[in-house]
Amino acid sequence: MADLWPDLGKYTFAVLSSYGVGLGGILGLIAWSMRANAKTRAELDALEKRGGPRR
Amino acid sequence: MSIWEFANPARFMKLSGRVLPFAAVLAGLCLGVGLGWGFFLTPDDYQQGSTVKIIYIHVPAATMAINIYGMMGVMSLIWLIRRHHVSALAGRAAAPIGAVMTLIALITGALWGAPMWGTPWEWDPRLTSFLILFLFYVGYIALWEAIDDPDAASDLTAVLCLVGSVFAIVSRYAVLFWNQGLHQGATLSMDAEENISDVFWQPLVITMAGFFFLFLALLLLRTRTGIRRRRIRALRMAAHASAEAAEPGAVEGGAAHG
Repeated sequence: MADLWPDLGKYTFAVLSSYGVGLGGILGLIAWSMRANAKTRAELDALEKRGGPRR
Repeated sequence: MSIWEFANPARFMKLSGRVLPFAAVLAGLCLGVGLGWGFFLTPDDYQQGSTVKIIYIHVPAATMAINIYGMMGVMSLIWLIRRHHVSALAGRAAAPIGAVMTLIALITGALWGAPMWGTPWEWDPRLTSFLILFLFYVGYIALWEAIDDPDAASDLTAVLCLVGSVFAIVSRYAVLFWNQGLHQGATLSMDAEENISDVFWQPLVITMAGFFFLFLALLLLRTRTGIRRRRIRALRMAAHASAEAAEPGAVEGGAAHG
């Protein structure tokens, strides 16, 4: 792995920050969307179990 | 079978439930291969040095930012013309993804621009139109959150989205309209003479496919969440109405929120 790691030279901060921002944004979106989905699904299941009309 | 049949929420839930896992796996594969290839295995550019590796984040994010807004524009038109709720929910579901893509493009552009241009920001046509595009995304999301009635919110956000489509088009073609800006021309072109070298182009195309599949997976997931939210709202309103009918005046407000 150490052999594979590219020599980023004086631009190390710019390159690594960009990857950090990009991957952080992507992972944040995934986590947020999955959490909202799980929460809504649980809420709907609970409501339908309480005897609401079913589709 | 007509494509409009998938505007039926039940059919959409069924189809999207099947497509979503494939889109998620393809997104993971393409992003892993494209970003890994681009970061670890491509050489430095003779002018830009190692900063060229930022291209694998910046260009796909910027492309998606514009295309997602275009997709939202189409969804808005479908809502306004045919009144399909799934199209309005899909537009709403896409907006935060587009906003994050625009923000990623703006920040990585600044990080790339600082060492290359000597400044992270300039009121260049493409940069400025992208900032305005981001503000339209934020306004669209805020408008959805501000209005309780889903149909009224769908109408107003659809109009706002169509107005903002002008800026999405300007963002897309700004580098062709104006030549005086700092930003370079299009990275990918149908003209092989203008295209970037294959050594950078190949992982870039894979990464762009990864961003597309990621968007598709997130869009389906978030639209499914939106459909469920609407169902919760309908159930609560029905429960509120039957409680009100059983005992008039006993139930007060609140149940309409979902």
